Amino acid sequence: METGTSRVKRGMAEMQKGGVIMDVMNAEQAKIAEAAGAVAVMALERVPSDIRAAGGVARMADPTIVEEVIKVVSIPVMAKARIGHYVEAKVLESLGVDYLDESEVLTPADEVFHINKREFTVPFVCGAKDLGEALRRINEGASMIRTKGEPGTGNIVEAVRHMRHINSQIRKVTGLSLDELYNEAKTLGVPYELLLEVHQLGKLPVVNFAAGGVATPADAALMMHLGADGVFVGSGIFKSDNPEKFARAIVEATTHFTDYKLIAEVSKNLGAPMKGIDIATLTPAERMSERGR
Amino acid sequence: MRIGVLALQGAVTEHIVSIEKTGAQGMPIKRIEELNEVEGLIIPGGESTTIGKLMRKYGFIEAIREFAGQGKPVFGTCAGMIVLAKQIAGGEPGHLELMDITVARNAFGRQRESFECDLEVKGIAEPVRAVFIRAPLIQGVGPDVEVLTLYNDEIVTARQGNLLVCSFHPELTDDYRLHQYFADMVEDSMAADL
Repeated sequence: METGTSRVKRGMAEMQKGGVIMDVMNAEQAKIAEAAGAVAVMALERVPSDIRAAGGVARMADPTIVEEVIKVVSIPVMAKARIGHYVEAKVLESLGVDYLDESEVLTPADEVFHINKREFTVPFVCGAKDLGEALRRINEGASMIRTKGEPGTGNIVEAVRHMRHINSQIRKVTGLSLDELYNEAKTLGVPYELLLEVHQLGKLPVVNFAAGGVATPADAALMMHLGADGVFVGSGIFKSDNPEKFARAIVEATTHFTDYKLIAEVSKNLGAPMKGIDIATLTPAERMSERGR
Repeated sequence: MRIGVLALQGAVTEHIVSIEKTGAQGMPIKRIEELNEVEGLIIPGGESTTIGKLMRKYGFIEAIREFAGQGKPVFGTCAGMIVLAKQIAGGEPGHLELMDITVARNAFGRQRESFECDLEVKGIAEPVRAVFIRAPLIQGVGPDVEVLTLYNDEIVTARQGNLLVCSFHPELTDDYRLHQYFADMVEDSMAADL
């Protein structure tokens, strides 16, 4: 009997496919998310848009919040640790969190090194905006990848950019000859063996979700259309007028992302979505997607 | 021969890949009408609360009951097993309530307790590699249920006529013998129909 194997960790992410993972800040929100059909919840102290508004240093959530959420739902519970913050990750693992997000939404604790995720029993998801980042995170032990997008903006443009970019890079790698792959590995800054796996599979060796700016059911469906395996929704749900209805609508739009009539139906009378931020108005320092390489 | 995989949420493509290794054709099922095009159905692993909710929403509860009622085989893995069970331990309401078993959800604990191991399955010659992910187990079975696998004295694979369930994820390994076992069930049911 073996725990924490690569198959067990990556397999956990496979079970989330086609689903929506929702940010929640307390037990009550977690119950609403579960009842709406979320495949997992991300327990946080503040959603990204609040983190953005508050400024200062964003850290892992208070363990009380994580424990409360674990107590009230039967679906998996995820939580975020700062990039490079080994101890936050170990603390969250000790609480029984099912999946850790080494996340650029929080203020990085290390500007150079990410956590060595291979030595954890619990799987990790990490953000990426290109193939190089995705494969470096997988090499460090990440079992799931998500686009970085631009969290807390309610603007899908960056998630779209990252998903399209990763997919186009994968298509390029698929078409390279074996001898060209060595140089491509060097250019991307990734191990040759991992790049060879992408070349053979025609996709990442782990599940790839969309995250960072999903604000409407149509946004979620768009990301599925672009090839995402599933969707993370952060600030969108509990910043909307009717979180319960909104959450159900996102779940349905993700499952039936090619059924446009259904998406029209579930998008009716959802109330005002997040106001949103034009990415061009953010200074480089305000862009969370620039954190971690 | 075509075998469907309920594609509301979960590990759908992995099952289709495994089915196609048996020589049968795999088909994702997103709407109830598509059930008419397949001779057997797999309900995959995923989150049982999500799958159950979406099944209700889109009329799959009645449709799959009818499908199984015609003698067509249904195979539930992990969440699929929970969805097929008559009873869920802890008083949570059941979903399809087709198979005479009582299942306990997340019976081995949280993700950090998830594991893989080799298991003997009755009817399959060599042990299979079984991947358990926040897996359920079968706490009780009715008289018509045949137990196929035990893990530490707990039931993790069982069959009742045209219904097959397992706690683990055969679709996450390259070994397709359990899918072959199910494909044989589907073939037998088609032969019985003639």
